Amino acid sequence: MNLHRIRTIVDKEWAEVFKNQLVIWTVAALPLLFTLLPLGILFATRSVTPDAMSGDVTDLPKSFLNACGALAPYECFQVYLINQFLVLYMMMPLIIPTSIAAYSIVGEKTTRSLEPLLATPVTTEELLAGKGLAAALPAIGATWGAFLLFVALAPLAGATPTVVSRIFSPTWIVAVFVIGPLMAILAVNFAVMVSSRVTDPRTAEQLSGLLIVPIMGLIFGQIAGVIVINLPLMLGVAVTLAALDIGAIYLGAQVFQREAILTKWK
Amino acid sequence: MIQTEGLTKIFPGEVKGTTVTAVDNLSFSVEEGEVFGFLGPNGAGKTTTVRLLCALIGPSRGEARVNGLTIGRDDQAIRQSVGILTETPGMYDRLSAEKNLIIFAKLYGVPDPAARAAHYLKMLGLWDRRLDAAGSFSKGMRQKLAIARALLHEPKVLFLDEPTSGLDPEAARLVRDAIESLKGEGRTIFLCTHNLDEADRLCDRIAIFKTRLVTVDTPANLRQRLYGRQVVFHLARLEPAWVTAVAGLPGVRAAEAVDHRLVVRVDDPETVNPAIVRHLVAAGADLRFVGELRHSLEDVYLQLINHA
Ligand SMILES: Nc1ncnc2c1ncn2[C@@H]1O[C@H](COP(=O)(O)OP(=O)(O)O)[C@@H](O)[C@H]1O
Ligand SMILES: [Mg+2]
Repeated sequence: MNLHRIRTIVDKEWAEVFKNQLVIWTVAALPLLFTLLPLGILFATRSVTPDAMSGDVTDLPKSFLNACGALAPYECFQVYLINQFLVLYMMMPLIIPTSIAAYSIVGEKTTRSLEPLLATPVTTEELLAGKGLAAALPAIGATWGAFLLFVALAPLAGATPTVVSRIFSPTWIVAVFVIGPLMAILAVNFAVMVSSRVTDPRTAEQLSGLLIVPIMGLIFGQIAGVIVINLPLMLGVAVTLAALDIGAIYLGAQVFQREAILTKWK
Repeated sequence: MIQTEGLTKIFPGEVKGTTVTAVDNLSFSVEEGEVFGFLGPNGAGKTTTVRLLCALIGPSRGEARVNGLTIGRDDQAIRQSVGILTETPGMYDRLSAEKNLIIFAKLYGVPDPAARAAHYLKMLGLWDRRLDAAGSFSKGMRQKLAIARALLHEPKVLFLDEPTSGLDPEAARLVRDAIESLKGEGRTIFLCTHNLDEADRLCDRIAIFKTRLVTVDTPANLRQRLYGRQVVFHLARLEPAWVTAVAGLPGVRAAEAVDHRLVVRVDDPETVNPAIVRHLVAAGADLRFVGELRHSLEDVYLQLINHA
């Protein structure tokens, strides 16, 4: 692996991809939304008196209430609402790289610029790493940035220190800082595999979007009270993802072979 | 500079279980500094051959050496030492011409990418447009930019896959002029084309190829091998008796009348022509003009390809 060439690929992808308005919007809009929305929710629930809340709080899934421990009911309610976003934060690094990777591989396939690239001394591993990093890094950066911004602004939106400490908790930190990058790697390799089969970046993007289905399962499970998102669950998810990533990297590299790209990709 | 021995590429066919032989048992060699034309109809396997020689795909059988390196063994070194203008050379259309070249210069590990890019932009007459997006370029300019891209790392061997196909005559001419100037620099050039004039004008030797190698020779020899050398005598009036008489002269292989012209096939016009002229004048012919009949390479090509 030649880092200089990987960097050149990353630079090139960014120079090109970020001239595409649509991609910029996907990268920027989601993190913005996921920062502003939970802040708005905190702000809206901030002045609610504990008494008025108690009725609602008992509507929360029982399994969740148990996890609330010493929290005041309205704090418990806030933490519950914000926790819904945790799953969305895990989705971000899955969605964003998909659109970048889809454009950077399918786009290059349709403009016929892959062959000159493959004719250079760059190895396919370097090329894949470059394209993967170009897609994954902005996604990871945007997710981390959005989360840190949210945590920083939460007190201003009326979150008590207890609530903030529940948000900036090991569960969230694992979700955002460990699961996020693992999700991004999965998404990139999935996009590579899909890209080898399709000729339209939008199709590639949509097909890669299938990846969010299992995450949606987490969301609904949580709302239905079947699943409580806690540290052990997150660690389990992280380990599973790491295993999936290894498989996905292997499969992605299988698909991304010089001769296969030139002769089998249609 | 390039040697191949029994080079063969077989692809899996569209229908499962079938195969397509794109290149069959190809053996030839190209000398250093030579412009080697690779001529064949669509689907002949030209692009496949170029991809094999540039280590983009692997051979099914056979061997090839490019610049002393063996395909299948020294692939990365081959890619570093050859330049290729692919059949459909895509650019990063959103990026400037200059940026396009700098990216590739970096990938090839060129010492000062910006300076090298500038050199080739100037050389190919694209300097004034260097900051424009490659997507805004005309076809001819794109092709020149693609040639610049293929030259950035100063490859010893340059592969050009149909550099002028799909270009209008003016753009094709720009590109041909660019190739001609490269020829002057002593680079080895492997030129795939189905444009015969182009091959005739630019190439030192031409291979005629259709899955298998049909023949390799210089353009002049190809013509001569098929047609010998022919001299045309333009006369005011032509008598049939003169034709038989000329046909009987020593050194003349054949003679025939075409309107007022006498077409004579000879091995060595320089020594035989004076005798023919003397004979015709003595017989009372009014000789208006004498010239060599040049067969176009197209005639040669069609003849060979149709029998391949
Ligand atoms: N990836 C491939 N899979 C199957 N057949 C192929 C593939 N690439 C080329 N061929 C076949 O090989 C033959 C030669 O193709 P090509 O090298 O592109 O010819 P040319 O460049 O001379 O037009 C054609 O019959 C083509 O259909
Ligand atoms: Mg071709």
